[in-house]
Amino acid sequence: MHDRTIAELGVGLAQGEYSSVELTRAVLEAIERAESLNAFITVTPDIALGQAEAADAARARGEAGPLTGVPIAHKDIFCTDGVRTSCGSRMLDRFVAPYDAFVVERMRAAGAVMVGKTNMDEFAMGSSNETSWYGPVKNPWDVTTVPGGSSGGSAAAVAARLVPGATGTDTGGSIRQPAALTGTSGLKPTYGRVSRYGMIAFASSLDQAGPMATDARDLAIMLSAMAGFDPRDSTCVDHPVPDYAAALEQTNLAGLRVGLPREYFEADGVDGGVSRAIESAIEVLREAGAEVREISLPNTELAVPVYYVIAPAEASSNLSRFDGVRYGHRCEEPVDLEDLYKRSRGEGFGEEVKRRIMVGTYALSAGYYDAYYLKAQQVRRLIRDDFSRAFEEVDVIAAPTAPSTAFALGAKADDPVQMYLSDIFTIAVNLAGLPALSIPAGFSGSRPVGLQLIGRHFDEERLLSVAHGYQQRTDWHTRRPGGEG
Amino acid sequence: MQWEAVIGLELHAQLATSTKIFSAASTAYGADPNTQACAVDLGMPGVLPVLNERAVRYAIRLGLALDAEVAGRSVFARKNYFYPDLPKGYQISQYEIPVVGRGHLDIDLEDGSKKRIGVTRAHLEEDAGKSIHDGPGTLTRIDLNRAGTPLLEIVSEPDLRSAREAVAYMKKMHSLVRYLGVCDGNMQEGSFRCDANVSVRPVGQLAFGTRAELKNLNSFRFVERAINFEIQRQIELIEDGGTVIQETRLYDPIVARRAPCVARKRPTITATSRIRTCCRWRSPRR
Repeated sequence: MHDRTIAELGVGLAQGEYSSVELTRAVLEAIERAESLNAFITVTPDIALGQAEAADAARARGEAGPLTGVPIAHKDIFCTDGVRTSCGSRMLDRFVAPYDAFVVERMRAAGAVMVGKTNMDEFAMGSSNETSWYGPVKNPWDVTTVPGGSSGGSAAAVAARLVPGATGTDTGGSIRQPAALTGTSGLKPTYGRVSRYGMIAFASSLDQAGPMATDARDLAIMLSAMAGFDPRDSTCVDHPVPDYAAALEQTNLAGLRVGLPREYFEADGVDGGVSRAIESAIEVLREAGAEVREISLPNTELAVPVYYVIAPAEASSNLSRFDGVRYGHRCEEPVDLEDLYKRSRGEGFGEEVKRRIMVGTYALSAGYYDAYYLKAQQVRRLIRDDFSRAFEEVDVIAAPTAPSTAFALGAKADDPVQMYLSDIFTIAVNLAGLPALSIPAGFSGSRPVGLQLIGRHFDEERLLSVAHGYQQRTDWHTRRPGGEG
Repeated sequence: MQWEAVIGLELHAQLATSTKIFSAASTAYGADPNTQACAVDLGMPGVLPVLNERAVRYAIRLGLALDAEVAGRSVFARKNYFYPDLPKGYQISQYEIPVVGRGHLDIDLEDGSKKRIGVTRAHLEEDAGKSIHDGPGTLTRIDLNRAGTPLLEIVSEPDLRSAREAVAYMKKMHSLVRYLGVCDGNMQEGSFRCDANVSVRPVGQLAFGTRAELKNLNSFRFVERAINFEIQRQIELIEDGGTVIQETRLYDPIVARRAPCVARKRPTITATSRIRTCCRWRSPRR
């Protein structure tokens, strides 16, 4: 039963086919059996069973919503009261947060059962989940390949049907790229749609939390719970939260204007199998009545370089609080203050995090600020304007999520630039603050391919309904590693 | 040679809000160490600053009293440096577009005339915590009660020409912030503090000399004494063929009679990153 969707589980729970406690036990057993995937950093059976009991009691009182009693996992970037929140780093290996992140609060308030915290690239910096202090996550489709990153643990857990849904965060593609590489569905909402309170900051102007699940309907159910105004995050927008799941019923692809950005389809280094899968996916939309046209996003090639100035710059500042003074890793027997800083941070952070702190500090330093950070902010505006113009002509933009399918563990680990190019199709969306999702759209060989759909600000309803329309006409989202379904 | 002093003051007024500038923790003075520091003040992972509206109102109130430009849109920035009493590793301050822009304050001189002193800007920022170096051995204790206390830094133009003028300006500003109710003005508790930028130049010369920054001048008497001492030190240095170097000098009232200000080592600011924080507001232009 644990391999069903959230919507299906809701029906099963409502009809008394199983209780949340039974379901949660099954999920915990599945997680244990799949331990070799390394999808979880921390499993929380006691909390899970306690919440499951509470969910069953709520249901008995007639107080059940679509997530009541449904087991889910949180990316270990979200602070959880009383439970270790490591952010995939040795720095926070023993850090137990004294508060819940907004997203954690919301999911619990909706009755979801937290079964554990998923593995991730250290401080969300990576595209393969190989920078985690807790070791790489394996892609359930082929355990010699990566699941993508940084939300690789959440993606692998959903792909392996260990949990029906998990939370993720997306700063440059960290929900969408792992969703694509694991054949799952993942949504990065509009910047400001979901509160960042309690989510450990990587690059504050780009970070956004979102849901990961098997299909668009489940994304909609999760987003309805996660979205909303929170006065503790001043960038969170007080914008009405629609019932996203209800909006799926109005799906109509006839007349939908779909833009294909020339620059994404003509980019070098796109895997042939990926291109073919995306072309077929677009054909499905066209057959359903969508008007497909070519558009241009002329500043596309600048997105990766701009991102790799802005994101490290913000990260270098955001990560300075990890100094060994108040919490987190502290070196043994520091001889003086400088020694305390150098060794605590030197030991606590991994290579990729250090690389980005160095790049970011350089970009912000006196004399280089204007040439790098300020210039990058100006180009960011141009990238945003490209999208605004495009959305005058089309309703959604369709493109591949990632240029390739899952790559072998270790294949890009020593080549940061190759690794950064994994995010070539996802990064611009974060720079523009737009919502986008990735859904399964076939295979290249035996490896899943993701279709990315990008929407206007706060147009998650339309994105989800288009994704749902596609999933009503295809069955890629029902495929699972190891066969049937 | 006839010398002239050129002085500008940076006054730090602790705003009389009951909670901190970016958190709901109390700002009351004198509590047990670390009992008034919440997750935001401690720089815990994942927490975010939320701007205290009253701090902005107080800043604007002073801006209006100084006949200053009040920004319709203002921007916060981060000043990055590592220090144990700075929990986040950066201070949230303002760089471009401070809440209060150019204004002025008229002071009364001893001859009965008035002099108009320009105010360059006044910006909001958070205070750091306190490092207490009196522990056993080399240990330093940290009290973060003060971390996040709202400060308004009021920067004057270098329009002051003597220690007396400086004190007159400071006293006038002191009574103004108290009258407006934006600061309690308690100098012993550090609610109203002064740093002075001091340089000298030959009378008639337009260019400024190299300035020294005097810190920790926490009474009117100290301000006058320290500035006079510094003016004398610079004149003697130059007349002896030396040059003034730009440095920060810390006022030490205990040795004030001999050498009131000593150069001190400050943590290096690695980046005034100008990463905008999320707090913005709109206020009607006058």
